[in-house]
Amino acid sequence: MNAREEILGRIERVAPRRDAAEVAASYDRIARDYLRRHHDDGVLDLFAERVADYRAMVRRVTPDELPGAVAELLAARPGVHAVPDGLPAGWIAAADAAALAHAPAVADLDGMAGAVTGCTAAIAETGTIVLDHGPAQGPRALSLVPDYHLIVVRAGQVAPDVPEALERLDARRPLTFVSGPSATSDIELSRVEGVHGPRTLEVLLVEDGGR
Amino acid sequence: MTGTTPDRATSHRATSHHEGPAMPTYVGMPSFPSAARAAVADTRLRGNLAHATSTIRGRRAEAVAELDDWAALRESGKQIKDHVLANLGHYLRMLEERVTAAGGTVHWARDADEANRIVIGLVKATGETEVVKVKSMATQEIGLNEALAEQGVTAYETDLAELIVQLGDDRPSHILVPAIHRNRSDIRDIFLRSMPDAPEGLSDSPAELAEASRRHLRAKFLSAKVAVSGVNFAVADTGTLVVLESEGNGRMCLTLPETLISVMGVEKLVPSWRDLEVFLQSLPRSSTAERMNPYTSAWTGVTPGDGPGEFHLVLLDNGRTATLADEVGRQALRCIRCSACLNVCPVYARAGGHAYGSPYPGPIGAILSPQIRGIGSEVDASLPFASSLCGACYEVCPVAIDIPEVLVHLRARAVESGPRHPLERTAMNAAGWTLRSPTRLALAQRAASASRRLVGRRGRIRRLPGPLKAWTDTRDAPVPPPESFRAWWARTDGGRTEERDK
Ligand code: SF4
Repeated sequence: MNAREEILGRIERVAPRRDAAEVAASYDRIARDYLRRHHDDGVLDLFAERVADYRAMVRRVTPDELPGAVAELLAARPGVHAVPDGLPAGWIAAADAAALAHAPAVADLDGMAGAVTGCTAAIAETGTIVLDHGPAQGPRALSLVPDYHLIVVRAGQVAPDVPEALERLDARRPLTFVSGPSATSDIELSRVEGVHGPRTLEVLLVEDGGR
Repeated sequence: MTGTTPDRATSHRATSHHEGPAMPTYVGMPSFPSAARAAVADTRLRGNLAHATSTIRGRRAEAVAELDDWAALRESGKQIKDHVLANLGHYLRMLEERVTAAGGTVHWARDADEANRIVIGLVKATGETEVVKVKSMATQEIGLNEALAEQGVTAYETDLAELIVQLGDDRPSHILVPAIHRNRSDIRDIFLRSMPDAPEGLSDSPAELAEASRRHLRAKFLSAKVAVSGVNFAVADTGTLVVLESEGNGRMCLTLPETLISVMGVEKLVPSWRDLEVFLQSLPRSSTAERMNPYTSAWTGVTPGDGPGEFHLVLLDNGRTATLADEVGRQALRCIRCSACLNVCPVYARAGGHAYGSPYPGPIGAILSPQIRGIGSEVDASLPFASSLCGACYEVCPVAIDIPEVLVHLRARAVESGPRHPLERTAMNAAGWTLRSPTRLALAQRAASASRRLVGRRGRIRRLPGPLKAWTDTRDAPVPPPESFRAWWARTDGGRTEERDK
């Protein structure tokens, strides 16, 4: 008997196989008395506060202010910044074009100063930003290898809490949930920002116009 | 050096008595009582541990108190996992189908040797002799690094704590913070001694140590062709694998190499994507006491143009189906490895992780290792006794595993089938722990507490019902006094103030 048959056999001697409808009915009986969200109001304030708790910088801007803010933040970090395909041209309209590399090869990322991307959703309660690496977000390596990550979050992308955020995601896409900069607590449990992922995370939250 | 490691040889896979080789038993590992005695005598180790566990205990309590529906999340987590265990075959078949449809390859391994052979075969097929690894309990359980080394393949641990353990030629002592027994100056010394590119004049500031590790591993990440990972959750209905981490080494391993091999125990499933809404709330708060860990990665098979082009998933049994067959013990398979039970355990805080003699230390290790490996060895037979049954572990467990209940059940099994050894002198007594007096030990006997009506005339419990019978047949269990262990623990700050008074 091969390993698969043997393992399934051992399991089903103890937990006999049932038809799919029965399993589904039993799944539906699982109690789910937890809340869909912990906060109804002030979701954007909460998001900004919770991101900041991780020692990430958050700035709230209007759509008009966005290009200037992007340009300013990138200029503060000399070097070349990676820009993914599909990033709205307006976002980087004011940035120094010579300091931007469009959809660079993975091999070139190590020498870059940072990356600027959008996201696909965010979670206010936990201060989390989720990338599904579609348009404006780039492949996973783009926002991982450089030491700095600037994320533009539109207000409408912010879900109040974890359950509603997961509903908005397509699990078949590669997903990265980011909650603050890379960190470790492995040395005497004291939190140190920055080990292998970007050591600096900055967030521009664009209000109005997103919804 | 803390000098607490009884045998510094790396672990080897020992043959266990049931269903082929299981988890490695650390060679020369003494039973829990003697290992614990050595650890308790080591004041530096105890200092490091006490500091770390008491810090995180407080932080976890705050993170959990922030959610007023915590009890409901815990109940749902428990029910989801129980549902998976009751329909494990169904969901494993579904996972296999979805992972395969998304371009991954699924392998099944009955035991540690089979899993190691599969991984070795996959690595050899790439022609590579190095792999990068992201923290995986399952691969420690099967002794993968040692098995790879025998075949000339070097495995580089990339988690900072794992790196400290690996460079120190040491063993992990905590699920979440494997080097919790090392303080910053220990770590600096290990880096200076064993990290070839450690900067001269490295200080013991955590930031500098983290920076040294970043530089040390960056070239490895960028050049590695093969990565081996563990899995926190596997979503059956989408075929999605999920890894939670902090440092970004997980993202590196999951993203940059060409081939990714993930090893997961068969119980790591959740039925559906939406079920993560429970665990993404309960796991980070229970483990690192954060609202969310810095990074969570999810992937489904392979994605052209993004990440590894080849993905293999190894489904590991290794004693899990035997555990599933035990109606009381199977709840251990609900475990999501948060490590909260370690941080609240008075015995763990004293004895340290190494005393448990397996990759799974603390209360969960005390119920998981003997079930996975069988109660054949002295260390495994003694593990169910490595507890005061105070119940703190049950209270913090985000999937409500009744660890004391399983411990009592396994004690009975150990007495029935384990090797003869002085069980009366429990781990606690041998550890010279505050509960050494029989009265206080009895305080802790939660199970016994529930059985006060069985108390005999001389104030000894004569006979416990059911599976406990064998235990009480050979020894008198002391009567539980009225003050609960929890009350005593709170009053004396875990025995610290009482100890000082002496
Ligand atoms: S037994 Fe419970 S508390 Fe302990 S590690 Fe597992 S899930 Fe966490």
